[in-house]
Amino acid sequence: MSDMKMAAQAAGLFATYDVPDFFCELLNRKDIPPAGLQQVRDRLARFDLAELRRRAAAVEAQFYRLGITFTVYSDREAIDRVLPFDVIPRVLTASEWDHVERGVQQRVRAINLFLHDIYHERRILRDGVIPAQLVLGNANYCQAMVGLDVPGGVYVHINGTDLVRDRDGRFLVLEDNARTPSGVSYVLEDRQMMLRLMPDLASGLDLRPVDEYGPRLHRALAEVAPAGVDDPQVVLLSPGIYNAAYFEHVFLAREMGIPLVEGRDLTVEDGRVYMRTVAGLQPVHSIYRRLNDDFLDPQVFNPDSLLGVPGLVDAYRRGNVTLANAIGTGVADDKAVYAYMPRIIRYYLDEEPILTNVETHICAEPEGLAYTLANLEHLVVKPVGESGGYGLLIGPHATQAELEDFRGRLRADPANYISQPVISLSVSPTLCPAGVEARHVDLRPFAVTGRETWVLPGGLSRVALRKGSLVVNSSQGGGAKDTWVLAS
Amino acid sequence: MGAGVMTQLSVFPTPVLPGLRNLLSRYAESTMWLARYMERIENMARLIEVTGTSVHASNMDAGWDSVIRINADEDTFFLRHKVATERTVVEFYIIDPDNPDSIVSMARCVRENARVLRPLISTEMWMHLNVFTRWAMDLGPDDVGASYLSTLCTRLKQDCQTHFGITEGTLYRDQAWLFYLLGKNLERADQITRLIDIKYHTLLPSGEGVGSDIDLSQWTSVLRSAAAYHAFRRVLPEGMTPANIVGFLLKNDGFPRSLSTSLRCVYSVLGSLAGEYRLRHCGPILERVEELRVTLAEQTVEDIILRGLHEYMDWIQRELRLIQNEIADAFWPPVALRVAGSG
Repeated sequence: MSDMKMAAQAAGLFATYDVPDFFCELLNRKDIPPAGLQQVRDRLARFDLAELRRRAAAVEAQFYRLGITFTVYSDREAIDRVLPFDVIPRVLTASEWDHVERGVQQRVRAINLFLHDIYHERRILRDGVIPAQLVLGNANYCQAMVGLDVPGGVYVHINGTDLVRDRDGRFLVLEDNARTPSGVSYVLEDRQMMLRLMPDLASGLDLRPVDEYGPRLHRALAEVAPAGVDDPQVVLLSPGIYNAAYFEHVFLAREMGIPLVEGRDLTVEDGRVYMRTVAGLQPVHSIYRRLNDDFLDPQVFNPDSLLGVPGLVDAYRRGNVTLANAIGTGVADDKAVYAYMPRIIRYYLDEEPILTNVETHICAEPEGLAYTLANLEHLVVKPVGESGGYGLLIGPHATQAELEDFRGRLRADPANYISQPVISLSVSPTLCPAGVEARHVDLRPFAVTGRETWVLPGGLSRVALRKGSLVVNSSQGGGAKDTWVLAS
Repeated sequence: MGAGVMTQLSVFPTPVLPGLRNLLSRYAESTMWLARYMERIENMARLIEVTGTSVHASNMDAGWDSVIRINADEDTFFLRHKVATERTVVEFYIIDPDNPDSIVSMARCVRENARVLRPLISTEMWMHLNVFTRWAMDLGPDDVGASYLSTLCTRLKQDCQTHFGITEGTLYRDQAWLFYLLGKNLERADQITRLIDIKYHTLLPSGEGVGSDIDLSQWTSVLRSAAAYHAFRRVLPEGMTPANIVGFLLKNDGFPRSLSTSLRCVYSVLGSLAGEYRLRHCGPILERVEELRVTLAEQTVEDIILRGLHEYMDWIQRELRLIQNEIADAFWPPVALRVAGSG
């Protein structure tokens, strides 16, 4: 299978494309692709490399002019970088998307029920489904949330679920992002750019649109505003122009048509939140905050923080303002809690998880520890607790001495570890300096929850631009691809 | 006075836009400063270009000195440089990152304000400012040599005017637009008084000698740096006297950069904020602007020169600063510092 030339199937652009021994999103899917996907392949194949590079250069220049950037901090100054963008899209079929969408919705439902429970009755802890210490002793567990009822029982209004595909093309959940998931602005901007600069590739294809995101998000945030407000004022709270994700904050505020505020624009008077305008103080009802818990309110969290709003948590607890996401949601996207997510889904929903986790062994449990110790050389071991500053062990790359050393640590503090098999991530053809080559990708769909949960069709496909690398993070030189969902 | 106010308001018809009444104070402040800095960059480029041309033409060494005086930068400049030559002045005002009045410094301020305003301004405004400020911030010694100076200033002026054009054509007409106009016109008013003041000083160092033998080519350069040369010729083809030129720059209602035009716009914008957006606190500021306009209208330019042009320009600049401060106090009052954790 490896080094197989795809020349017979797809000539032209892909004539020299080596499909390695991974699931390939475009060229080697182990199924009969729907007509739309076949069309994308054929159209791409007819591009010559030079033309594709010209398009890619035009895209990059346009991103640069638009300043669609994230900020990287070097020693002395902040540098705005354009997220590298690959012009070869990643395509999902309608049935693949249906599966992902249902799986994400199920997960969001379970996470919201779990958060409500652990801040109220704590049934799941009493029933012994998940160790009480793991939740109550978690650094992200927030005492200020205990007993507080949030509108609609929604804690996680915006959720990003990181998915990968294994060798068989199965989607697996890598982690949940239930605090402030970022990247959705690239999804919308990348689509705009693709339609403008690669119009011949998408024309006539029935693609699910992405531009509904802003209105959907705005509606959801208005739906969860405190009861009795007719025309809720929604704002987006940002740490400001020096934040790495500032572009995204601007983008979202604009898409929703709401003010982008900083902490200093808000004030709390008599338990109500107001923004400072040229016409004086105006009430605020719903806050999409892109500020971590620790910085929200110096009276409750970090007293040295100047980014937040004194009194905000008090106003929140009085039910006068809604925060999205709620405070204390970090306990649900924790690595340790992740391992229990299939059980959490079964417990609250009485359903089997639609999207499965990467097979995870919980070393706090005797079977998990025994399995991990016995198979260490094949596993990735991750510390989970806040004390887990030791980093992770990648079994296949470790020396005998390192494995032995790690066995000692596992025995000494098993509860601090989980282990997982090494996943062979799927690849997607990507324009690289040497030509079109296979690069690993992941997928982050975004779910928006007000009265119901809506999932943006597609999501952010991140691509590891270095050959063989599994790291797709933008800070590690990763890039993005447009994710196309075929409507039929 | 009432009828007059109505006429003035109709100059910038601004319907009240529902849902857009709540302009954040911080946005209003940034909008105003964005406009001020762009206007200031354009004026700086004009001044340097015209100084360069007139110095070369007349071989007058004092020309570069006047750029420093117009900006009241004698102290900071002479801390860094011994003499005011073309090279030192141009470096100080274009590429010196430690001089807050240099073009690279002002471009940095423009960029920061533009980033703050990104949710508010049009994509086309942002795109142009993004490219312009990055280019301007990267200017270095190689870009400001004498032979490129005119080209550089032309590009700067053009970029500023492109910005004003894009803004005029794309910025949504709500309160932000009004604060933008306030900033631009207050800056213009300030710049024209500085230009007049310094030329008056250069040309009449003793404060006397009105009507004496004055080099008209110098006054021509004054007109050119305000882009007023042809307009002036059209209005007063044979009246190239200092009084006529000063009068044109201060009092002509048709010339877009004159003091009276700028003040009329400031007045009308404040009137819109007070009337159509019902913003309180505008009253006293309007009165102050009106006072300025009345004084300007009631005095002939000969009176002004006789009583002391410099004193008059100084007074106007002080009044403009007070207007700026009153606007700040009314619309973005300083937030009382809270002691963290004091509850």
